[in-house]
Amino acid sequence: MIPACPLAALPRGEAFRLDTVEPPIAIFHTDDGELYAIDDTCTHQDASLADGWLEGCEVECPLHASRFDLRTGKVDALPAKLPVRTHGVVVEDDTIYVVPSDLPPNLPPGARAKTA
Amino acid sequence: MSMRSIAVVGASLAGLHAARALRDQGFGGTLTIIGAEPHRPYDRPPLSKEFLAGRIGQDDLALEPEGEDLDAEWLLGVPATGLDTGRDGHRDKHSVLLADGTRVSADGVVIATGAAAATLPGNAASGGTAGVHTLRSVDDALALRAELLPGRRLVVIGAGFIGAEVASTARELGLDVTIVETAPAPFARALGPEMGAVLGSMHEDRGVRVLCGSAVQALIGTGPDGGRVDGVLLGDGRRLPADVVLVGIGARPAVGWLEGSGVALGEGPARDGVPADGVLCDAGGATNVPGVVAVGDCAAWFDPSLGRHHRVEHWTGAVQRPTAAAATLLSGGTAATPPPAPPYLWSDQYGMRIQFAGHTRPGDTVTVEQGDVAERSFLAVYRREDRPVAVLGVDQVRQFTRWRRTLSTVSTG
Ligand SMILES: Cc1cc2nc3c(=O)[nH]c(=O)nc-3n(C[C@H](O)[C@H](O)[C@H](O)COP(=O)(O)OP(=O)(O)OC[C@H]3O[C@@H](n4cnc5c(N)ncnc54)[C@H](O)[C@@H]3O)c2cc1C
Ligand code: FES
Repeated sequence: MIPACPLAALPRGEAFRLDTVEPPIAIFHTDDGELYAIDDTCTHQDASLADGWLEGCEVECPLHASRFDLRTGKVDALPAKLPVRTHGVVVEDDTIYVVPSDLPPNLPPGARAKTA
Repeated sequence: MSMRSIAVVGASLAGLHAARALRDQGFGGTLTIIGAEPHRPYDRPPLSKEFLAGRIGQDDLALEPEGEDLDAEWLLGVPATGLDTGRDGHRDKHSVLLADGTRVSADGVVIATGAAAATLPGNAASGGTAGVHTLRSVDDALALRAELLPGRRLVVIGAGFIGAEVASTARELGLDVTIVETAPAPFARALGPEMGAVLGSMHEDRGVRVLCGSAVQALIGTGPDGGRVDGVLLGDGRRLPADVVLVGIGARPAVGWLEGSGVALGEGPARDGVPADGVLCDAGGATNVPGVVAVGDCAAWFDPSLGRHHRVEHWTGAVQRPTAAAATLLSGGTAATPPPAPPYLWSDQYGMRIQFAGHTRPGDTVTVEQGDVAERSFLAVYRREDRPVAVLGVDQVRQFTRWRRTLSTVSTG
């Protein structure tokens, strides 16, 4: 379990980028009060989904507008072809923690080369 | 007339999206996709960025996901040379003529032939001299990449986005880079003089020379027939040494094959920086010929918020507009046309993400609303009579996303 940020630092409608982990993780607080964590890097190219447009349980990539479902990681439409990973979120003592997925990430081609 | 067969001419971003949109909207007839390049559809933006830098390969450019089947016949590697709009004889069918003599008949035609890189005029012509490049296709990118060797001197002619991205990639690869621009300020056509100058200084930060107000008079070669390029001669007599030259002076719509077809083409040249050449379309993509629509970089759609035709040369337009054009084609022109979204582009230079949305023209005021120009991370808003008409972000993706949404809800004329 990785501590991310105090719950109070992430109001509804906002996103937090946890970049102390590689690859970084985005945590979203939806308007309905739910917390979700997914890989921050879009699977199409190198864009941060925490910078995207949050609507309901979906985030729209800020670069080319593929939408990812925060609950499943699934992508609704091209250009992104692959889902993002989802991670567990736990709130304890008013702090948000992430429980990272143990699946391999679907990083975009350029980023893959960078971390390799 | 019901559509039983449709030919899409141009097998790239806009053509592929048109084919998908037609199938998504229930078109079950014969679909033929015609493309001049031998390649399956691929993505061009990385050609000046990750692909040119060698970080990604050719397979990574594919636009089609694995397993996608549009039930189409693909005729690749053969350009269309003409369009017979069915005026003579066969009244209700159009036919596309191909360079190999084939004739593809179809009830509907989608024109998606994009644009081609402009070349230097007359005696400064490019192409004849080795080491002189333009960048539009993956083959162009492979040829350029092979020449971007550390220590070489690259001269980029034209301070536009593609030239700027090549300059950035070439610096990363260890070349010495000079950008030459005829206009008094770099990037002014897209960003206006003030922000254009800021972007220019971001290149100077990285050791790139940016020479503005300098027209190129000639390319100098080593041999009698040009040989290999070794310099660029400017109008003021200055001579820039060069091992490699990139001509990045814009793109022209690839519509030569439509001459004489009866499809109305715009006259060009840009007004207030807005190109109006290309295939003239209404706000839903319909041309003046029934059963013929046009999408992507070759098409100048009528923009009601501007009150004129406007050819957009950006990726997002080539992805979004085919949906409306497919509806226009399948409905015979009765489908409602969606309000146009403000044009949007992004560019990556020196690891910075640059994004721009909207329309700007001379006289707009620009204010920095977030961040700091000196820090190379800022968001600037363009206004006309106090109304926001465009927004520029440099490494301000989150704020930009919000501003871009605001723009789509106000008219940007
Ligand atoms: C190097 C580069 C970098 C770019 N970077 C960005 C960016 O960062 N952001 C952005 O928003 N946009 C960018 N763009 C622009 C973007 O790629 C275009 O807007 C987009 O490709 C337009 O798609 P299109 O299908 O209309 O045209 P094109 O991609 O040009 O495709 C047209 C196709 O039609 C074919 N064709 C032409 N004539 C004929 C004929 N007679 N018969 C049959 N086929 C024909 C061509 O060979 C080509 O395959 C960039 C473009 C380039 C070249
Ligand atoms: S980077 Fe996310 S859709 Fe392209």
